Amino acid sequence: MKILVAIKQVPAHDSRLFIEPTGEWIEENDLGYEVNEPDAYALECALQLKEQHGGEVIVMCAGPARVSSTIREALAKGADRALHIEEDDLRHWDNLSVAQLLAKAAQTEQPDLVLTGLQSDDLGFGQTGVIMAELMGLPHATLAMSVEVVDGRLRVKCELEGGWFQYVSMPLPALVTIQSGILRLRYATLMGIKRAKTKEVRKITPAELGAAGEPGITLRRIYAPHSLKQTQMLAGSVQEQAAQLVEKLKHEVRVI
Amino acid sequence: MSGILVVTEQTAGVWNRMSFETLAAGQQLARTLGKSASAVVFGSETGPLAAELAGYQLERVIALEHELLGSYTADAATGALSWLIAKLEPDVVLFPHTYRVRDFAPCIAARAGHALVSDVTGFHVESGVLVLERLLFQGKLNADYTSSVLGTVFASVQASAFRADTLEPGTAAVESLTPPLVAASIRQQPEPPFRESARAVDLTAAELIVAVGRGIHEEGNIALVAELAEALGAELAASRPICDSGWLPMERQVGSSGQLVSPKLYLAVGISGAIQHLVGMKGSRTIVAINKDASAPIFEVADYGIVGDLFDFVPALIEQVRKAKNG
Repeated sequence: MKILVAIKQVPAHDSRLFIEPTGEWIEENDLGYEVNEPDAYALECALQLKEQHGGEVIVMCAGPARVSSTIREALAKGADRALHIEEDDLRHWDNLSVAQLLAKAAQTEQPDLVLTGLQSDDLGFGQTGVIMAELMGLPHATLAMSVEVVDGRLRVKCELEGGWFQYVSMPLPALVTIQSGILRLRYATLMGIKRAKTKEVRKITPAELGAAGEPGITLRRIYAPHSLKQTQMLAGSVQEQAAQLVEKLKHEVRVI
Repeated sequence: MSGILVVTEQTAGVWNRMSFETLAAGQQLARTLGKSASAVVFGSETGPLAAELAGYQLERVIALEHELLGSYTADAATGALSWLIAKLEPDVVLFPHTYRVRDFAPCIAARAGHALVSDVTGFHVESGVLVLERLLFQGKLNADYTSSVLGTVFASVQASAFRADTLEPGTAAVESLTPPLVAASIRQQPEPPFRESARAVDLTAAELIVAVGRGIHEEGNIALVAELAEALGAELAASRPICDSGWLPMERQVGSSGQLVSPKLYLAVGISGAIQHLVGMKGSRTIVAINKDASAPIFEVADYGIVGDLFDFVPALIEQVRKAKNG
């Protein structure tokens, strides 16, 4: 089975974010980056499916030169080869045009299964995989907790709301978006890191794919959220903070 | 049709409550834009639900019925609603940002050649242009989006962003429509939904909740937060990563994929406040947050905040709570 995993590189989880003076985006210069967490689970799911059924795992990532580190990490974990869609200015592409770009790149591989995380930790649209399925003419399932191949068909356990689940099956080829936290992630071994250096990374540009970032929706500005409440910050030493909080809990919240 | 079309959600005749928040958003948007709002309910039998919607201030209610819409599939929902939207050509289509909507609404917008603005928290009009507000970086920043092309605007509305109790009553005409669906075009085969375990802990009934998040670092440290919960007489709860790691059972999870709670006191320990968690607890009467990062989104909903190391603060708090209770 040929499995393509679409992964994204996002600012590291605990990054302090600063808004650019123009208010258009965040300051990127000093940011650390990592793989989008749900995408790490999509890769793990793909690697486990390959272990069960054989085949090939290809990772695909769009972005500037810095995404090479995320691609290398995926190769070190066991992906067989990679596709790097080189684009320096993805922030001016909207969710539809990014999905169009990824769908065109995916079609050059004709995969049996496309996996990706259910949403990104930066923009959080939660749409890329679903739009790709629509554009590629593939059946899809979202919020997958497990993916199995039974008699040449896909059987996916999907998370519904409020603690409910459901199995959905569909023919291959198909696309599935993976829920975060569903598997134990593997670490790259030393051998894996060494091998990754020799694995193929095919580079391709949006122009070569015939894709253009003409946004249908535009991000006008970003800003710090207005606090929904007047938050009272408790200051002082730890003992003083604890004493103040107990005072509030006793006399204002009245729960002690 | 010019105006706003609100897509509602139901399963076997039972509403998803976010349908009403989205209707309220639709009415509010209609007033802002000087347009009218309509609603659609889709399924195999929608009669009583459509009749219920007809009691609100809407231009019309569409009962979109087909036997293939009985058990939800992405393909049937996309086919039926795409057909309706192409027929009506509304200015704006609003969806509730539910798990199910995430499964089909991006297809509908893409099929119409548009980008869906998902998880919208609010809107305003700036020099005649509709601006949709949403969150970035899991709630750390806000963003304003505008549509830069002509045609229908597609948006989904975040849970609890609009209030269902602001819905205006009225009378609307109900219209039944049958979309042209064929069984062969539906590729997903759903099995009946199920629950993993009978839920033993009902966090929704708890008056006091102490919740723990990623900041606790290790499974062994959970005991410290459990001790605080015990000292306060509170239920212990957690954010998703804690339950995913198996450090606490799934039934103690608060958030969009867990339980939605609104206790008297919600004390969040080491929880940064990703939006998926906030939607599950921001209705709590009093929220206290302890976190090492002063810019953590949890502080936006907190009444009292402590910026610091939970491993220093929690033991001090346990001691003082015990003292206060015994004194």
